[in-house]
Amino acid sequence: MSTSTRSGLSRISLSTSLPVVALVVVFLVLTASQTANALPAFARKYGLRCSACHESWPMLNYFGQKFKDNGYQLMNDRDAPIWQNPGYWPVTFRITPIWHRVSTGKVQVDTYTNGAPDGGQSIQRVTSSGFDLSGLDFHTAGTLEKNISFYLLPSSDSTGAFHFEQVFVRLDNIGGSPWLNLKLGRFELDNLLSEKRILTLTGNGGIYQTYHFIPVGDGNIFGQIGDNQLGFEYMGHSVNDRSRISAALISSSDGNVNLSTGANSYTGFFTGSQAFDTGKLGVQRIGFYAMYGEAATYYLTQGSVPLGGSGISNKGFSREGFVGQFYFGPHVDLTVVTQHGSDNPWFGQGYGNAIATDGNGGTTCTGVGCPPNNVPGSVLPVGSQSPTWNGYTFEGHYVYSPQLIFIGRYEAERMSQQANGPTSANPSASNLGNISTYTVGFRYNPFMTSRAGLAWHNEYNWLHQDGTGPTLGLGTVNLNTSELLMGLDFDF
Amino acid sequence: MRTRLQTWSLLVGATAVLALPMTSWAQLTQADFEPRLSMESHIGNITGHAKDAKGDYRRYCVVCHGENGDGNGESFPWVDPKPRDFQLGIFKCRSTPTGTLPTDQDLFDTIARGMDRSNMPQWSTFTKQERADLVAWVKHFSPRWVGEKPGTPITIPPEPEVTAERIKAGRDVFARVQCWKCHGVLGQANGPSASTLQDDLGRPIAAFNFTEGARPKCGDTDRDIYRIFMTGLDGTPMPSFADNIKPDEAWDLVFYLRTLMKQKSKEKQMAKQLGLKPVDPNAPAGQQ
Repeated sequence: MSTSTRSGLSRISLSTSLPVVALVVVFLVLTASQTANALPAFARKYGLRCSACHESWPMLNYFGQKFKDNGYQLMNDRDAPIWQNPGYWPVTFRITPIWHRVSTGKVQVDTYTNGAPDGGQSIQRVTSSGFDLSGLDFHTAGTLEKNISFYLLPSSDSTGAFHFEQVFVRLDNIGGSPWLNLKLGRFELDNLLSEKRILTLTGNGGIYQTYHFIPVGDGNIFGQIGDNQLGFEYMGHSVNDRSRISAALISSSDGNVNLSTGANSYTGFFTGSQAFDTGKLGVQRIGFYAMYGEAATYYLTQGSVPLGGSGISNKGFSREGFVGQFYFGPHVDLTVVTQHGSDNPWFGQGYGNAIATDGNGGTTCTGVGCPPNNVPGSVLPVGSQSPTWNGYTFEGHYVYSPQLIFIGRYEAERMSQQANGPTSANPSASNLGNISTYTVGFRYNPFMTSRAGLAWHNEYNWLHQDGTGPTLGLGTVNLNTSELLMGLDFDF
Repeated sequence: MRTRLQTWSLLVGATAVLALPMTSWAQLTQADFEPRLSMESHIGNITGHAKDAKGDYRRYCVVCHGENGDGNGESFPWVDPKPRDFQLGIFKCRSTPTGTLPTDQDLFDTIARGMDRSNMPQWSTFTKQERADLVAWVKHFSPRWVGEKPGTPITIPPEPEVTAERIKAGRDVFARVQCWKCHGVLGQANGPSASTLQDDLGRPIAAFNFTEGARPKCGDTDRDIYRIFMTGLDGTPMPSFADNIKPDEAWDLVFYLRTLMKQKSKEKQMAKQLGLKPVDPNAPAGQQ
């Protein structure tokens, strides 16, 4: 930008003043918000601050995990709803007005000559920025009676289109034993590093890539352990929650309702962990998880259109990994999640999602480019093999105080075997689909009460994926995207 | 011009971004208590340090017990029973005689056990070191810990075998020391004095209801119950009966109290077989 003209100078003055004005506005908003007095569901029930259960809201700390494992109960004989004021309604709203800038490194776009399409295409970076909204979460949760807990979370996208993100009833401490808890509904799998309580909000940084990784061209969407799933869960833990185990039987539907997949496709998800007292360092926890499932690859068709709910010809998949939560004193912690994933070769060739479900209800694909359907007589291409990969997530926090947390995350997804092997007619590059992503940010809560939550959220995410950019026939191209986000994340 | 504008904007912006969150520790340490920040606790071979607990106190405890440990946190108006005022140095759950300071172990156990029928949860998620640090932090609020030593824990004799005779003898003790005046003849917290009870700060307080299935605040083992009425719950109308009940009689009373509780127990079963009747407040002394 030139600075030699008056208009140029004005633009610079404006552009350089804007951040200062924005900071002043943010400061005024934050300092003026001390009087907020709305009521988060659990904090107001028990008179505890958010920080009692959350490392930084919504991420749970150990005490919060124990509270959750006890069925949203403190086990102090004040857990049944009868103890609450009759006007108490266990509800919390959460939404985040944001400003963000999204930049995608390589996008294939049309080219024009003299105002008309010339039939050509080019690759260029596309950057968008502006003010925006997150979706709305409408959390209602608590106890129906002593040792019967529930969760209901109608959730919308930023346009206001709602779905049921989480719905379950849980029978807690059956027979007085913390080792016997049963849950039925749509719920988050028992991931120690919870994606539904993630501290980051950007498009790529707001999820754990390790929890959602799908090889390029793979049709198995059902192994995403980060998505809420429909099923039944057994969970048990020791009184102080040092030892935890769980086993869930879920439909291989990636949480989609209305029996949209098959009749006999189920997945098992198993976890176990043990915590250790390490004195001043804190409580360390190590554990494992394993997911073994089958999902349909053939959907009966009517007029060549796959019929939802008719899936058969199941094929297998698996996800296994270790989890470690390590504390290095009161301020620093690191969580590590690993994953080894494997899909049946049929999934690797794109079969498995012929009805193109999207995780929240789904729509049946009827146009060109729909996922393939394993109709009778289908054969795998020569050289097909099981896609396998390894994933790693490292997330560290520096907790300056309960009101200020710095977040850093690195994730790597590395293919160890491509679906199109060396003997395939079109073998894949060994690194096709590999992902590396970094996320950094901080959340500052200007106040900390038992009544409401407000966080000034700042985050930057950068994601790199090998070989998935548009090529225009020039060979494999890597794709880089980045997002800068600032917002006010509030709940009440 | 451009460079200076941009530089100043960046400087102001960066300063605001960094300075604003740094206020989040501002109001933690009070000058009055600072001289006592070197307070220690000793739990077995663990030494707790008050200064190491301020983060945990701020995160978990301050909402009820307050920045100054005076029990006047933001939840004070809404919770009942009211949070403990650490500045007074008076504690309910002790192994030491009434009027004395509790041992570090008493406070250590209380943090992990929580207080049933109150908003105090079981903070068993801390490491032992963190809990020991919190004990030292709790102590640093009161000057009593500077000038006084904790009391000597009372001696609890080994628990004898429960018998029908002991349960009946326990009922006599229950009548003689007039437990029923507050707790009621059936242990339902509805004795004639129940509605008048106040704590040391003049706030209404309820007697323990043995029949509703709750755990006694200071522990629910037989030894805990023995300790409760032999040391009293300081700060409440529950006195120590150490001068009125002999150690052997105290075990009899523990066995009788078990018969009043909702939880299943062999004492309850034996009382049923005996056809044991509640105390009669109007019966002459020794003729229950």
